[in-house]
Amino acid sequence: MCLAIPGKVEKIIEEKSSPRMAEVNFDGVIRQVCIDFIPDIKIGEYVMVHVGYALNKVDEKEAKEQLKAISEVEEIIRKKMK
Amino acid sequence: MKFLDEYRDADKVKILIDQIHSLKLPPINIMEVCGSQTHTILKYNLEELLPSNINLIHGPGCPVCVTPIDMIDKAVLLAQMEDVIFTSYGDMLRIPGSKSSLMKAKASGCDVRMIYSPLDAVMLAKDNPHKKIIFFAIGFETTTPANAASVLTARKLNLTNFYMLSSQVLIPPAVKLLLDSELIKLNGLLAPGHVCTVTGTNWCSEISNEYKIPIAVTGFEPVDILEGIFLTAKQILINQYNTVNQYKRVVTKDGNLKAQETIYNVFEVCNRNWRGLGEIKNSGLRIRDDFRQFDAEKNFEINSVTSNEDQRCIAGEILQGLKKPNDCGLFGKDCTPIKPVGAPMVSSEGACAAYYNYRSVLKITENE
Repeated sequence: MCLAIPGKVEKIIEEKSSPRMAEVNFDGVIRQVCIDFIPDIKIGEYVMVHVGYALNKVDEKEAKEQLKAISEVEEIIRKKMK
Repeated sequence: MKFLDEYRDADKVKILIDQIHSLKLPPINIMEVCGSQTHTILKYNLEELLPSNINLIHGPGCPVCVTPIDMIDKAVLLAQMEDVIFTSYGDMLRIPGSKSSLMKAKASGCDVRMIYSPLDAVMLAKDNPHKKIIFFAIGFETTTPANAASVLTARKLNLTNFYMLSSQVLIPPAVKLLLDSELIKLNGLLAPGHVCTVTGTNWCSEISNEYKIPIAVTGFEPVDILEGIFLTAKQILINQYNTVNQYKRVVTKDGNLKAQETIYNVFEVCNRNWRGLGEIKNSGLRIRDDFRQFDAEKNFEINSVTSNEDQRCIAGEILQGLKKPNDCGLFGKDCTPIKPVGAPMVSSEGACAAYYNYRSVLKITENE
C-alpha cells in the first residue's frame, strides 16, 4: 500500500492550476501527477509518486553517494581476495 | 528503471550479505514495520541469505490488513445504497467483511470502482453530480496527505456529492504498542521509508531514545533492506541505539512539511481500532468537524453495524509478529489469495499473501 515509484518530471502542466499537476515519466509510461506537496519541483527532477501525488524529490547526490559507498566495500573485499 | 534497478543489483546484495555475516551476531529479532518491506524480503528470499540467528519479524505495516472488520461492513452498507458510486484502492475490494465484501457487493450489482488516486474519486463526483461518490480512505502517513488533499480539492470545486469513509491510521503509536508488549522482544527496527518521507525521522529518534532500540529508516529494494539490517545489527552488537537514515535519497529529517500541514488541516487524531491489535490510543485520523459535509459516517446511517470475525484466523498474532503465516491451520488450504479468510492474505503486502506467493512449498513443509 505504501508503494511509491520514482519518475522523472517532464512537464508542469499549468502553473496556476489547482491542484497543480505535472506529467511524470515512469520508464516510458507517462502519467499526470499532483505536485502540490513539492511546490519547488523542476522539470528533469525525479519524484517519488504515491496514489497520484508526488511525495518528495529523489536526491540524486545522496543516491550516488550511497551506491559509491557500497561499491567501495566491494573494492576492499576484491583487494583482500587477491 | 532509474533509482530501482541499482538497488536490485546482485553484486551489491552479495557485498551487504557478506558484511552482515561478518558481524558474528547473537540471536536477534529485527522487525520490518512496513508491508512493502515484507513483500521485498519474501520476493527476493532475503531471509535465506541472512545468518540464521537474525529472525525477521513482519510488522503490522499494511493498512489494508489492519483495517477493522466493522469498517469493511460499513463500506459494504454504503456501497449498497441507492445512487452511490463507491470507490477505493484495489485491495480493499476483496477484504472479507462479516458477511460480504465490496467485490461481492459489486458482483450483486452495486457500483463499486477501484481507483488509482483519491483525485479520481473527486473527478467522478464532478462528472456525476446526481450520484453520491464515497471514497474509502485507508492508509498510513504515506497515503493520508493525498486523502486530505482530495477533500480540499472537493471543497475548492464546491462539490456536495463527495464523501469519505475514513479508516486511516498512524504508525508511531502502533510501533510503541509492539515495543511495550512483553510477548515479543525486538532488538532492532526497520522503519517504513515512505511513511518517513512524509513524517521525517524525528519520531524514530524519540523511539530509539525512549526504548533504547536501534532503528534504520529503510527503503524498499533488496539493497535498501539489507543495508537497513546491517545498520541495525551493527548497533545491536555494540549496544548502540540510534536512528540512522538508510533511505536518504528520499527521506529528510523533517519530512514533507507541506504534506503534514495538509493532513492536519483536514483530519484530527483519534483513537482507532486496528484489526488484530485492538484499539490504540491516538492512532487514527478522523475528519475535522469543519469538513463534516464530506464525512460519510456523519452523513449516512451506518454506525450500528455488528461485526463478527472468523475466529479460526490468526491474523492478529501474525500482525503482532507473534506467529508466522504458516503457523496458521488455514494457510494455503482454506485461506488462499483467491479465497482469503483474513486480510493479510488479500493484500500483496500482507505477510500471508507474501508467504503464499513466494515461499517455496518445501520451506513451508519443513517448518510444519
